[in-house]
Amino acid sequence: MVFAEHKDGKLRKIAFENVSLAKKLGIDFECAVIGNDVDAEELGKYGAEKVVHYKSDKLGNYSPDGYAKLLADAMDKQGADVLLLGATSMGKDLAPRVASRLNAAMATDCTQVELDGNNLKIVRPMYAGKVQATINLSSAKKVVTIRPNVYAADENGTSATVESVASDVDFKTVVKEIVAGAQGKLDVTEADIVVSGGRGLKGPENWHLIEDLASALGAANGASRAAVDAGWRPHDEQVGQTGKTVAPSLYVAVGISGAIQHLAGMSSSKYIVAINKDPEAPIFKVADYGIVADLFDVVPRMIEEIKAKQ
Amino acid sequence: MNIAVCIKQVPDTETKIKISDDKKSIVESDINFILNPYDEFGVEEALKLTDPENITIISLGPDRVTSAIRSALAMGAKNAIHIKTDSTPADPGITADALASVLKEGNYDLIFTGKQAIDDDHAQMASLLAEKMDIPAVNVVIKLNVENGTVMAEREIEGAHEIFECATPCIISAQRGLNEPRYASLKGIMGAKKVKIEEKDVTLSESNLEVVEYNYPAEKAAGKIVGDSADAVPELLRLLNEEAKVI
Ligand SMILES: Cc1cc2nc3c(=O)[nH]c(=O)nc-3n(C[C@H](O)[C@H](O)[C@H](O)COP(=O)(O)OP(=O)(O)OC[C@H]3O[C@@H](n4cnc5c(N)ncnc54)[C@H](O)[C@@H]3O)c2cc1C
Ligand SMILES: Nc1ncnc2c1ncn2[C@@H]1O[C@H](COP(=O)(O)O)[C@@H](O)[C@H]1O
Repeated sequence: MVFAEHKDGKLRKIAFENVSLAKKLGIDFECAVIGNDVDAEELGKYGAEKVVHYKSDKLGNYSPDGYAKLLADAMDKQGADVLLLGATSMGKDLAPRVASRLNAAMATDCTQVELDGNNLKIVRPMYAGKVQATINLSSAKKVVTIRPNVYAADENGTSATVESVASDVDFKTVVKEIVAGAQGKLDVTEADIVVSGGRGLKGPENWHLIEDLASALGAANGASRAAVDAGWRPHDEQVGQTGKTVAPSLYVAVGISGAIQHLAGMSSSKYIVAINKDPEAPIFKVADYGIVADLFDVVPRMIEEIKAKQ
Repeated sequence: MNIAVCIKQVPDTETKIKISDDKKSIVESDINFILNPYDEFGVEEALKLTDPENITIISLGPDRVTSAIRSALAMGAKNAIHIKTDSTPADPGITADALASVLKEGNYDLIFTGKQAIDDDHAQMASLLAEKMDIPAVNVVIKLNVENGTVMAEREIEGAHEIFECATPCIISAQRGLNEPRYASLKGIMGAKKVKIEEKDVTLSESNLEVVEYNYPAEKAAGKIVGDSADAVPELLRLLNEEAKVI
């Protein structure tokens, strides 16, 4: 079963990625959507054939125990063996709960899942990516969260049948209120391109360089811990071992040295660009492309050239 | 208010991780172990909320974990329980079963964990404990307010914050931003040495997670230095567009 997460009624990319993964594994699956106003049919485009859409006025906001109960029941009713979720804020909160209810073993933030006979071969990073662990879940039921942006969302399906089910699940805890961060701000974990700045920016007054480059590229803003600790940026932008783990198509590191704790959060990005004036900076060891020069010359030029092309 | 703080001992973030010859474990001999950074936020928050006498540090693991327990005690907490095992279980479900059984005996109003242990990176414990103990849990908390048995917890999600309200007892997994953990004072470090760590033996449940093998990540091929001035920008953009096809 694929849990298809949505945000404000819009299905998230990870839901499509997980449908594509399930399809690639060649297993029978159905999707579960929870919440009222969601266009669940969209999952069909990615190859889902059956979607069960659980509706309830009470479950408009996320409820950890309510969602867990509902999904565990759905797994039982379907006789499903495997539950795929995204390693998102909600997925990470929810998955261990469902696993516990089903007596299932679980694996967090997986970067590779393959079918090995009747079993799943799962690879997940540990020790902040210093180790790749291949693991086997031996319980009858298994719960797996997949790192966003690792599997592609392939539009190779047509349409799905959506069955609506009125849910009357009861629960103890529910989100009381959601306070938005900066309006419409793209989160680093969700973005296809991330532009991050570090201590090399010298101060918050220069951050417009990062913001303008990010906006020219349609990217999210990230930061090193040095920039966060200095109070230049909010900590929800921090990338790294004690920040967020990102795997975008393109990661641009500006004025970031590439300390091991920073690399831990971004080294699985598909392409990495480093702009740093120190040719010895460790960031160049993981970068696909680099410019060794002063960022205050390079970044304005990048913004200008990108804008000129648009 | 009685508070338990679950802490884990983990390798220092700088440590080079070496995989053993059978590829099923990590060589521990050269590792510098520390208190999991997220667990420090839990200890600090507990100290802000209640009297040090009412705080119990709990850790499951082999004998070496007592040094992490002492680090947490050095911040000020006054009680500790060491759940003794031969090694750290690979399956977090097992750790959760054992922790839950000990936590249930303690009548704690609040239980802190870190949002994630930086060795196995499971980020599961608070949710697992919530189910096993049938009490609420709020994960990745950056702001907490506890008054007369009512808990308001603000948690970080993508691009926003969710606010939960629940009653004690409950579990909070701590995220960076919750507070600024204090440094242990010399007095704290001396005091920690005097605390008697209560030892508990447990029978662990059966593991459902088997390590097939550990590997190092594939080495990345050396990248290309496109240039040493802003004049390299057009070429960089061309490469990103035509070779990498990412812009
Ligand atoms: C327990 C622990 C957890 C940690 N977790 C994280 C984490 O999650 N994320 C994280 O990022 N860090 C983390 N760190 C911190 C990490 O070790 C580094 O201190 C931090 O990443 C450094 O940030 P920086 O690269 O911005 O700064 P610096 O290391 O100071 O690097 C600045 C870089 O900018 C370059 N530069 C300066 N001026 C210019 C210019 N004009 N033009 C071009 N380049 C310039 C310099 O050459 C240098 O390479 C952690 C540390 C510890 C101990
Ligand atoms: N062996 C353990 N003993 C005590 N607490 C633990 C243990 N393992 C994990 N925890 C707690 O659970 C949190 C999350 O760990 P994890 O789910 O393993 O990422 C840690 O920050 C600790 O607070």
